[in-house]
Amino acid sequence: MAHSYTPGLTVTERTTVRRRRILPLPGAVLVQVGDAVRADTAVARAELPGKVVPLNLANQLGIAPDEINDYLVKKEKDSVQKDDVLAENKPFIKWFKTEIRSPITGKVESVSTITGQILLREPPRVLELRGYIDGVVAEVHPEQGVTVESTCSLVQGIFGIGGETSGELVMGVKAPDQPLLPEQLNPSMKGKVVVGGAFLSAATMTRAKELGIVGLVVGGIHDKDLRALLGYDLGVAITGTEQVGFTLILTEGFGTIPMAPKTFALLSAHAGQKASISGATQIRAGVIRPEIIIPHSGPAAVTKVPKAEREGIQLGDPVRIIRDPLFGKIGAVSGLPSELRAIPTESEVRVLEVRFPDGTTTVVPRANIEVIEGA
Amino acid sequence: MTAAHQSPATSNPAQPLNVIVATDCGSTTTKAILIEKVGNEYRQTYRGEAPTTVEAPFEDVTRGVLNAIAEIEELSGRTILDGDRIITPNQAAQGDPQRGVDIYVSTSSAGGGLQMMVTGVVQNMTGESAQRAALGAGAIVIDVLASNDGRLPYEKIERIRTMRPDMILMSGGTDGGAVTHVVEMAEYIAAAEPRPRFGSTYRLPLVYAGNKDAQPQVKTILGEKTALEFADNIRPVLERENLAPARNKIHDLFLEHVMQQAPGYKKLIEMAGAPIMPTPAAVGVIMETIAKREGINLIGVDIGGATTDVFSVFGGLFNRTVSANLGMSYSISNVLAEAGLENIMRWVPFTIDEQTLRNRIKNKMVRPTTIPQSLDELQIEHAIAREALRLALIHHKSLATGLKGVQQERTISDVFEQRTSGKTLIDLLKLDLIVGSGGILSHAPRRIQSMLMMVDAYEPLGVTTLSVDSIFMMPHLGVLSTVNEQAATDVFVRDCMVYLGTCIAPIGQGKDGERCADYEVALPDGRIEKGTLTFGDLKLFSLTRDQQATVTLQPSKQVDLGEGPGQSFTRTVKGGVVGLMLDGRGRPLQLPTEQAARVALLTRWYQAVGLYPTGSS
Repeated sequence: MAHSYTPGLTVTERTTVRRRRILPLPGAVLVQVGDAVRADTAVARAELPGKVVPLNLANQLGIAPDEINDYLVKKEKDSVQKDDVLAENKPFIKWFKTEIRSPITGKVESVSTITGQILLREPPRVLELRGYIDGVVAEVHPEQGVTVESTCSLVQGIFGIGGETSGELVMGVKAPDQPLLPEQLNPSMKGKVVVGGAFLSAATMTRAKELGIVGLVVGGIHDKDLRALLGYDLGVAITGTEQVGFTLILTEGFGTIPMAPKTFALLSAHAGQKASISGATQIRAGVIRPEIIIPHSGPAAVTKVPKAEREGIQLGDPVRIIRDPLFGKIGAVSGLPSELRAIPTESEVRVLEVRFPDGTTTVVPRANIEVIEGA
Repeated sequence: MTAAHQSPATSNPAQPLNVIVATDCGSTTTKAILIEKVGNEYRQTYRGEAPTTVEAPFEDVTRGVLNAIAEIEELSGRTILDGDRIITPNQAAQGDPQRGVDIYVSTSSAGGGLQMMVTGVVQNMTGESAQRAALGAGAIVIDVLASNDGRLPYEKIERIRTMRPDMILMSGGTDGGAVTHVVEMAEYIAAAEPRPRFGSTYRLPLVYAGNKDAQPQVKTILGEKTALEFADNIRPVLERENLAPARNKIHDLFLEHVMQQAPGYKKLIEMAGAPIMPTPAAVGVIMETIAKREGINLIGVDIGGATTDVFSVFGGLFNRTVSANLGMSYSISNVLAEAGLENIMRWVPFTIDEQTLRNRIKNKMVRPTTIPQSLDELQIEHAIAREALRLALIHHKSLATGLKGVQQERTISDVFEQRTSGKTLIDLLKLDLIVGSGGILSHAPRRIQSMLMMVDAYEPLGVTTLSVDSIFMMPHLGVLSTVNEQAATDVFVRDCMVYLGTCIAPIGQGKDGERCADYEVALPDGRIEKGTLTFGDLKLFSLTRDQQATVTLQPSKQVDLGEGPGQSFTRTVKGGVVGLMLDGRGRPLQLPTEQAARVALLTRWYQAVGLYPTGSS
């Protein structure tokens, strides 16, 4: 029987991660297998084609589309500078002369005698792809990019916004159930990744932005503050391209929820070290979770990544309850009854028993827990 | 494309189909069902499911398919798999009827389904026709570009470039008309150099179904840059739409190009005994079949985690729309964004502060597989579902229209009536059946909950039958019907459709407690229930699917049941697992804006029909 369980978020002191760094279109790879790279090392480069600007010359010159070749000054594939004459008419009286000038610097991409259009293209833009994490090049994908491998500590969050960045980890609070307040942030945190506890408010986010903090990691925030930060109501959880001044990672969810003690302890243990973080989240089709990667120093050998194999939930597994009324509580699996049980909604579902650190137990649907993964 | 093009795990066509296994590879779950011929009829006997494995670490859709089938093997005791192979045909002739199946068929919406961009010349003419063609083929339309869509040329080019569709459908112009605009659009597409979503090495499939006179130019411009295919013009003349050739071409390209790029699909196509269909296309097939067989008008809805598909057949005309970001898990937060908090709260029979509700909805979005554990959580999800259903129907109505831009003949009798072309085809008074599907409707703890969610969201008028798909097997039956219609029909009637009952809703409004209509219900046991239906009343009578009741209503002066205001109405109706519902809440349905009054009214309605367990709202 297929095992039904919610894949958990990984929180682990030591693992090997591989991150594919792939260009959006073919380009040149700048490093080789075995090269040591840093988060800000350029590993590949590509030229993004420039913007296309169409101009309808036939309309502007008042001629038929199939006549435009007779009026062109610049031909297909010619380079043009801004304000160069692209086409002109040759009237008997100079006063009636019309010149069509290029609005951009670039080249003539194509000329159409059917529509009377000329397409101009701006010069390509160079895109450099960074390594994102400190590690070793494990694989080169010709013309596409590389895979970087790193031995590290890894924390996966549940939701984030903002792209990849890196900086020194610094603890903003002393305990996982404390909120991160604006006054706990100071100018020495500029360029760093600050770890909070259970909650951070809109005021803390504003302060973080002012101070130039590159990343915030916290248990939860209120949806209304997220809406205020983004300027719109996020409908679908596909993120990573937002530009709000910092990268934000939630480890637990929405609301005031203490960070899982294991997560907090791991991050505390690495305070002062460099972390690479990404807020990119995609819940649907190809799940991407936000992550905090703390590379371990010393040479990282290119190794085979052991394949994670789980056989479903086991007794004793640490779990987080992920649905009200006990949302955010953390305990361990203490019972796995196989029969279906009726819950207060009258649905009959598979359940499990969770024991909390204070010794109390509760029964919840199996769908409503996630395993906290990682040794 | 026919099954013969593939190397299927199917039996000789002459060989009977007695055992069938079918799967639907959804974006999160792969659902398998086993259908067996029992005596002279086909029945669905076992089902299994497993997580879909299109994504890392597996990146092979067949893994999930095999896991789901393995679950059926365990439950049924039948041997279906031999390693990674489905055993076909069934070995009954060899004396082992418990070994193998006769055919395997599948649908798929994994990896986000078929995502298309369509282009036309005039937005509400060829643009809409192209949209209808793509939607009917089972696609999600990610954008409609048209010469008159208000975007500047460079904006169109940027848009084409940033979208990464699986396929493009180009239309525009009537046959023999001007070619300029459609060629211009081809130039924009060429300049944008669109790239497909999957696979960087293959060319993007593009179907051209516009003015046939422009085909040579389109070939010159796009022939090298895309995998170009031609289909007959979807709008050969303004007065006629011809969507079938373009739809068929989309299906062919979906199989030949798009699916070949998705992880493991090459193998899946080889395993299947019939072409793999996009899930919504298969559901569309089954909806059209029911409407045709019964000669009725229907609306079907499939409300999923990410999207809500609406299908309709009115007067034999089929339409489908997909609201790509209205759903109950991945897109739940978008329902809140689109409907607004007030519209959701109007269905919740208790008070809750905005911040808590918003946080709960976002938490469901980031952990989409969780289920409501407490009753208030269930009630909130049901409230959100009503709004998702309502918004998706509004979207559907806007696209399921007559052709726009068509000249209409006017006679002297039309002088005082201003009618525009492109009116919606959806007429709720003429609607006979609503078919609901998707987790929130199929798996509601009480069937009355599914019925009331659909009644509240759609506000049907007059007499309407409601049903749900028992365990979400319409996609399987849709694809199966292309191979064996009898098997699909048998299972559909006996195991798939659960008739909930009939709703009778008079049209009109009045003050709470005022007389709406006098009713007389002649029940099958000879009893006659008589009474007055007042505004604000919701009455439920027990009546099973195999029972009939004759209902007579004498509405008050301003109230209409389709026969005209105040006109008496008699109809014989069938029941279902819920029964017969008389809905005197008025049409359009209005709820008090004041919170305490609204909660009291909702509580009264919900208690009247036993919507939730006793002791709660």
